[in-house]
Amino acid sequence: MAILDKHAILEKNITLLTIFAFLVVTIGGIVQIAPLFWLENTIEDVEGVRPYTPLELTGRDIYVREGCYVCHSQMIRPMRDEVERYGHYSLAAESQYDHPFQWGSKRTGPDLARVGGRYSDEWHVDHLRDPQTVVPESVMPKYGYLEDRMIEPTYIEDLLETHAFVGVPYSDEMIENAQADFNVQVDPFGDTDGLFERYGENVNVRNFDGQPGISEADALIAYLQMLGTLVDFSTFTPVASR
Amino acid sequence: MAKQPKKKQEVETTGHEWDGIQEYNNPLPRWWLWVFYATIVWAIWYTIAYPAWPGIKDATSGYLGWSTRANVAQEIADADAANAAINERLASVELTSIAGDEELATYARSAGESIFMTWCAQCHGSGAAGAKGYPNLQDDAWLWGGTVEDIHYTVAHGIRNEDDPDARYSQMPAFGELLDEAQIEQVVNYVMSLSSTYEPQDASLVEAGQTVYLDNCAACHGDNGNGDIYQGAPNLTDAIWLYGGDYETVKHTVVNSRFGVMPPMGGAELSEAEIRAVTTYVHQLGGGE
Repeated sequence: MAILDKHAILEKNITLLTIFAFLVVTIGGIVQIAPLFWLENTIEDVEGVRPYTPLELTGRDIYVREGCYVCHSQMIRPMRDEVERYGHYSLAAESQYDHPFQWGSKRTGPDLARVGGRYSDEWHVDHLRDPQTVVPESVMPKYGYLEDRMIEPTYIEDLLETHAFVGVPYSDEMIENAQADFNVQVDPFGDTDGLFERYGENVNVRNFDGQPGISEADALIAYLQMLGTLVDFSTFTPVASR
Repeated sequence: MAKQPKKKQEVETTGHEWDGIQEYNNPLPRWWLWVFYATIVWAIWYTIAYPAWPGIKDATSGYLGWSTRANVAQEIADADAANAAINERLASVELTSIAGDEELATYARSAGESIFMTWCAQCHGSGAAGAKGYPNLQDDAWLWGGTVEDIHYTVAHGIRNEDDPDARYSQMPAFGELLDEAQIEQVVNYVMSLSSTYEPQDASLVEAGQTVYLDNCAACHGDNGNGDIYQGAPNLTDAIWLYGGDYETVKHTVVNSRFGVMPPMGGAELSEAEIRAVTTYVHQLGGGE
């Protein structure tokens, strides 16, 4: 074919080669990525998924800071062994407010996408303090110092605003009340009406680490205990073709 | 110089020359070229057979109708169907009769072990030997009873959790607020003297502690310290200490109390057959009554 014989022109001209290579990569990229922005089945509309509360969001930052994602994934794949072990496979909607997402790519430890509610808060405290006391064969490092590091919601409005800026639907009311919501989530006797009103009933309000004050362990456990618990799979059936 | 091999056919050069070096313009090997064309044809077929091309609202679903979600649902349904008969029998027979039924018992032990490794091992250990604060399931000591029925109830409803209204519940008071320092010292000495491992240091403390014990602790732990499985009150006379049996730890327990939580496995987590399977597994580990 005549047009194929012209290939030598591209091979001999570095500028032309660059331009055409760029064109090919661009077309390939657009075909793969662009449809995700308009196809309706990219993100399912799933009831129950809400933005993280200020305390959970802080816990999530600690999760990222400590590099938990290096050993723990948050992505249950649609395979029988994973579904039987970890629970329902993950839906895209469940990580739609994650910036950045924590799907991970390596499981030295177990998947954490549905770890919420699976263990007691006491277990999490024991396990973070010294993983080997509860799981002797574990290779996880100790994170006991999280209990000793007290935190205050000094920059919590900024954190929520930043997430709102990249598309998480934090309302002005949520941002205004972020400090109060942060503090009240560890206080079961506090005025939690506002927190529940803003974030729904599916919010754990407990003293997560069992000691006075709000420590990093409180925030991290609050985050871990809500992971994968937002969608009620007894009432939600995912569309099979997606 | 070695003799140059003769070329079968004279191939044209690319036409240019660098320092006397010329370059043959050999065509690609046939076999390679045909494999390359075949991969292009295969790729086109693939995008037709499997979900691929994006459209206005959604993408083509492919004529094979392949779907990961449908596949995993089918796979799980197949596995459930294969075990449906025996699971139904396991869920419907008398709890106490499972151990006597060779086929059911074998199935329940083996299924129960897998369930234990998935749901229970993180606290009770992969060998069920427990850890500090998490009971050993292999010994004869049972906080809430070690019969099949007791274990079944504990697995299904859990202990002191907020998720199941039928969870086993009891709450030891934090005696730090109820007793003074001297009384706590006395009662700790007394409690430790009950245990077969303890050699009392100060007989007068032990004697005084008995009065404190009978007034404050005996209602749950029993006059003799034998415990009460209906309240989850541990036996204090054996050598088994859930949180530790040294003086400081026992004192900490008396002052602050303990509140061990176990999540319920019934409801959304495990089916009745699965609960019975793991109950059977735990019961036969060695301590079952």
